[in-house]
Amino acid sequence: MMQVLAPETEAQACEAIASARADKRTLEIVGGGTRSGLGRPVNADCVLSTQSLRGITLYEPAELVVSAWAGTPLREIEALLAGKQQVLPFEPMDHRAIYGTDGDPTIGALAACNISGPRRVRSGAARDSLIGLRFVNGRGEAVKSGGRVMKNVTGLDLVKLSCGAHGTLGLLTEVTFKLSPASRGSGTLVIEGLDDARAIAAMSMALGSPFEVSAAAHVPSQQRTLLRIEQAPDSLAYRLEALTGLAKPFGHARKLSDPDAHEAWAGMRDVAPLADSKAHALWRISIAPSRAAAFVADMATQNIAQDYFYDWGGGLIWLTSGLDAGQAATLQAAVAKAKGHATLVRASDEARAQLHVFQPQPQAMMDLSGRVKASMDPDGILNPGRMYAGV
Amino acid sequence: MNEILFPTPDGAIMDRRDAILSELAAIASPGCLIVSEDERRAFETDAFTAYRRMPLAVVLPRTTEEVSALLAYCNRAGVKVVPRGAGTSLAGGAIPQEDSIVIGISKLNKILDVNLPDRTIRVQAGVTNLSVSEAVSPDGFFYAPDPSSQLACTIAGNIAMNSGGAHCLKYGVTTNNVLGAKIVLITGEVIELGGEAFDAPGLDLLGLVVGSEGQLGIVTEATLRIVRAAEGARPVLFGFDSSEAAGACVAAIIGAGIVPVAMEFMDRPAIQICEAYAKAGYPLDVEAMLIIEVEGSDAEMEAELARIVDIARAHNVSVVRESRSAMEAALIWKGRKSAFGATGRVADYICMDGTVPTGQLSHVLKRTGEIVASYGLRVANVFHAGDGNMHPLILYNVNDPADQAKAEAAGMDILRLCVEVGGCLTGEHGVGIEKRDLMRCQFNDVDLDQQMRVRAAFDPQWLLNPAKVFPLDGRLGAVESAA
Repeated sequence: MMQVLAPETEAQACEAIASARADKRTLEIVGGGTRSGLGRPVNADCVLSTQSLRGITLYEPAELVVSAWAGTPLREIEALLAGKQQVLPFEPMDHRAIYGTDGDPTIGALAACNISGPRRVRSGAARDSLIGLRFVNGRGEAVKSGGRVMKNVTGLDLVKLSCGAHGTLGLLTEVTFKLSPASRGSGTLVIEGLDDARAIAAMSMALGSPFEVSAAAHVPSQQRTLLRIEQAPDSLAYRLEALTGLAKPFGHARKLSDPDAHEAWAGMRDVAPLADSKAHALWRISIAPSRAAAFVADMATQNIAQDYFYDWGGGLIWLTSGLDAGQAATLQAAVAKAKGHATLVRASDEARAQLHVFQPQPQAMMDLSGRVKASMDPDGILNPGRMYAGV
Repeated sequence: MNEILFPTPDGAIMDRRDAILSELAAIASPGCLIVSEDERRAFETDAFTAYRRMPLAVVLPRTTEEVSALLAYCNRAGVKVVPRGAGTSLAGGAIPQEDSIVIGISKLNKILDVNLPDRTIRVQAGVTNLSVSEAVSPDGFFYAPDPSSQLACTIAGNIAMNSGGAHCLKYGVTTNNVLGAKIVLITGEVIELGGEAFDAPGLDLLGLVVGSEGQLGIVTEATLRIVRAAEGARPVLFGFDSSEAAGACVAAIIGAGIVPVAMEFMDRPAIQICEAYAKAGYPLDVEAMLIIEVEGSDAEMEAELARIVDIARAHNVSVVRESRSAMEAALIWKGRKSAFGATGRVADYICMDGTVPTGQLSHVLKRTGEIVASYGLRVANVFHAGDGNMHPLILYNVNDPADQAKAEAAGMDILRLCVEVGGCLTGEHGVGIEKRDLMRCQFNDVDLDQQMRVRAAFDPQWLLNPAKVFPLDGRLGAVESAA
């Protein structure tokens, strides 16, 4: 049975990491465990859990800011925010459906994995809302970066650097997010029957309109293109009508009922169309929208793509494929050629250990990343190999 | 208050000036190397004009390859490099030192590609901020960060300082609007960070480079997000009988779930100064004024304004003045955006840039007035209230050394206050040399050491903008970082 360390305070976390470093033991960092399939498998000597680092440390509704210890369940924070009609702006994906995990996602994981959802196309990802951080580096030192104010350029931005580093640079102990008011209304238009290229053109038109479309997705298997606007009721009605007019060249845009729209976007966020797929590999591909349809067509022609859909107006492709090293390499090479990048989000542990889970990077980038890693975690004891072998 | 220190110039480098210049001449394109004292003088300071140092030479390269060759040479020869955009830094971020060369990117000023369907634009980093918006405004788009210096300042400088502006309350600051950057490291290696697609793989080195004040490399190209402009925008003036009431009104608006595009604050001295310059129609009989901008269709703006006016009335607003034409709207913004220039007409000033939690605005405004008065000086406050980013302008006489020392001391006291109430030293101008020696107010040694180790991963010899951001004592280099 692997030893599990669950510090209850930041000071205990410092001790745990410092002693692991002294003993040359490696540590796998876990939060709620609901996203443990994300990244390469870590074979560490001990597990370091944030489960006991809990509690909301600051909530100032009038300043749109919340801080919490990293292991705080996300649902506790979302419930607190809901009481004041506020939300985390980036509509974080819940990975439980695709991984078949249970348990509680934590607020820290949103930062560690730079999670986002459909609203990313307008409001950014976790990185764009994360304004402050405390973490323990690989030396066992507690470090602060950023703060609780939304404009802060004091010193190097270790907040951005740590966000999305999947725990390879430090154990995040406390995170501070800026918030946004919950929209007072939401409406979704659906256009049916568009092919991929036409759907992406429609989404680009919508996202480039003055009506602040907050999400745009296209699900080829359902032949549906979805456009969402989030505004107060009067404004919402006006904008939906205006957008319907702009969309005429693409076909009839019909308004979805609120329950249907809610279900549709929760499905886009949590990758519901592909969650139950029996395919061996689930890819998350970030790409310029104008290159997306051609890329998918190429993958289909080569019998790599099985099923897929688009979010972020075409800037995000969720795609299933078989699990064969040759196919994975072909896909990642094609993405690179299209100036995008692909992450192997779901595959067996064995496959994720052998394949590039994250898009391979040029050697100069890997060298630089390695030096940055060493500056934070000199002995490489934190989540070794989680992102790339050696980082 | 002691004068801000510069490191003692390296005599060995100073003695080799002629040899260094001939090496630079071999690398630089004809007409791109500046050596004469007269011409170098234009580069000896930036907008933090109280300090100046003459660099060994100035190079204005035309290509990324030239930047690469220059940095590779400097790295080999141990020559310090001070990167420069347009030199509009208010924090001394671009001020040289005597044993350094300046590499300015102003000749890298082309728009490379506009991609409206993907809502991106690729530019050389020496383009001005405003020219990016101008390139896409005929199609109804704009580039969101809009620092007051946007007519002159460059995208490279914006990336170095993570610049903000009046409209970032809704649209974010530079780091939220840059998708990719081509950066030349001190070794001369050229690296692409990010690109056309969101959330690049691996460590977010782009996020680290934004706001790094020219210490990690020189950015020569950038891919930026552009945003479709709203159907209309309207700034409205709200006058109050006290700064406290205006500050409380700001907090109440945000607390009510309204995030206007911009909420700008001016106190009485700032109103008087700006109105005298811009003739914008500001109310002169109020103690404080907010410029609040709303966006959307006419009906949408009316509805949002009605909600804001209700809140303002609950805070005893005394004047509400809507702009009735595009010209009036432009004048209202002209007054605000020329605040620093207009202030420069009546006195010398230093501009502070601390950010505070918006709930502390009233308290900090009151204390700022008391602090500056205690030094026998005057202050004008003009700032981004929605995000708590304050800009007290401390007025003094630059020709009186005692006056300057008082102004700097008052500024330091104000910044300490900002940190004490939960804020930070700088919201958008950067640390530069100005706030370098205050970094230990905000960070402890462990925090700073970690930042310096990360810095050393890029520039182990501390050649890039070396006298900035981190206190001059206790610096960590490559050797320590490997320990």
